[in-house]
Amino acid sequence: MKAHYTRIALAVAAAFGAVSSSSTALGDESADKVARGKYVVTTSGCNDCHTPWIMGPGGPEPDMSRMLSGHPQDVPITAPISLAGDPWIAAVSGTNTAWSGPWGVSFTANLTPDSETGLGKWTLRNFVDTIRTGRHMGRGREILPPMPIPMYKHFSDADLEAIYTYLQSIPAISNKVPEPLPPVQATAAN
Amino acid sequence: MVAPVKTLPHVSLVIAVWFGVLVAPFASNAGAGHPPERLADTGLFTAGATTEIAPDVLPFSPQYPLWSDGAAKRRWIRLPEGVAIDASDPDAWVFPVGTRLWKEFSMGRRVETRMIERRADGSWDFSAYVWDADGRGAVLVPADGIATLPVAAAPGGRYAIPSRHDCLACHEGATSPVLGFSALQLSPDRDPLAVHPETPPAGAVDLQALVERGLLVNLPGGLLETAPRINAATGEERAALGYLHGNCGHCHAAPGGSAAAVPVDARMAQRVGETDSAEQVRASLIDVASRYRPADAGADAVIVRPGDAAGSILHRRMATRDPRAQMPPLGTTAPDHEALSLIERWINQLP
Repeated sequence: MKAHYTRIALAVAAAFGAVSSSSTALGDESADKVARGKYVVTTSGCNDCHTPWIMGPGGPEPDMSRMLSGHPQDVPITAPISLAGDPWIAAVSGTNTAWSGPWGVSFTANLTPDSETGLGKWTLRNFVDTIRTGRHMGRGREILPPMPIPMYKHFSDADLEAIYTYLQSIPAISNKVPEPLPPVQATAAN
Repeated sequence: MVAPVKTLPHVSLVIAVWFGVLVAPFASNAGAGHPPERLADTGLFTAGATTEIAPDVLPFSPQYPLWSDGAAKRRWIRLPEGVAIDASDPDAWVFPVGTRLWKEFSMGRRVETRMIERRADGSWDFSAYVWDADGRGAVLVPADGIATLPVAAAPGGRYAIPSRHDCLACHEGATSPVLGFSALQLSPDRDPLAVHPETPPAGAVDLQALVERGLLVNLPGGLLETAPRINAATGEERAALGYLHGNCGHCHAAPGGSAAAVPVDARMAQRVGETDSAEQVRASLIDVASRYRPADAGADAVIVRPGDAAGSILHRRMATRDPRAQMPPLGTTAPDHEALSLIERWINQLP
């Protein structure tokens, strides 16, 4: 009987050990994803457009106090610009977060985990679908230039999950990015 | 949650286990590989025909049809022999492996027929077939779809067949990728004020017929005795909420219903398993701040503003075909004026 209890005790201990070990592994796995996601986000140029730029002592630089929060809501842009034409087809705001071209004006999205203005309510599936399909929220309108969907849609599932995990880990910033504006001719038609 | 437990020669059997409870046996002899190159080889028609529907293929007609620029539609389902749909969750039916559904789109002539099929691994395959101009046959469309197909009766004379990704955009946002074939859509208590109502064709199956024929099992008690119906304040509201369910609910699903549903709070899907479903939809729309906020709408833009359809983001996005703003975002190039009229009346009558 004693041996029986001993076996049970060992089994329970082993189970707790397994859980503990498993939790550690999960923690490591999550940390690995965050680290990988940060690496991919940093090296794939996400901050180039999704972090507003300011003029620093050495020239324009991303304002990391507003990291990945998209086009600032306090920088209003109400209409596209008309360019003379070839070879110029697009212009960009000083923040590097608003782009005017034949598609109208696009504003970079708030990628921080703010629940109302960012990705706080997004699931991993929402994020993966968005990048794979090039549709807003994975099911809505087409994502506009210059977002490099044709390239980014080739990210591996693992990298997309890592990017999502990292983006959910960064500081949330409340910043309501404007809706895109129609191009000049569509504005006139409307 | 679907666990294969046994395989026999020639017949692949899998048992669905949900937390250890036997739900339904599935039989499979289909679903593997590439869809047939010709619609005629999918089992929709009798052998050698392109008009006569096969005897094991059943027509159906949802009470709240999807608006597709006015295309006329016919729909069918075929279940593998001897198996049934599991309706344990009345809002997320589980279809047997090998289930096929077809939807035919006509604009002056048959233009395309779409097919979805449940594969042996439980996933769904989406394909579209384009009809030749004289209606003699239809062939598989490439995965990228056909962006512009000349069809005289289509808006602007151009018709678009969706890419596979666009199929997924609508079908994978919902609790079940099978849209238009559900307890509410097939309720015998059809909405007399529904927009673009269809008369079910001869032999069409509804909820009652499916149960009586043993093709739908485990439907929770009460849903046959009292047929599913949107619990709205008025007939007009019932039709309006029904339209939103049929045209918007697959992406704007109930919270927690699908990880692929759009991450916004506006909900338009009804759930027959929840008695306060209509109220939940109303509460997520009426006087609720809109996440989509165009510059000229002001900071106080709301999805539905009672008494003010023109000032409601819902109406505005349904009315425009600006691709940056239109709702639904794909599948149409022309607004649904009949539906807009209904939505206008509903919103303008809201207290």
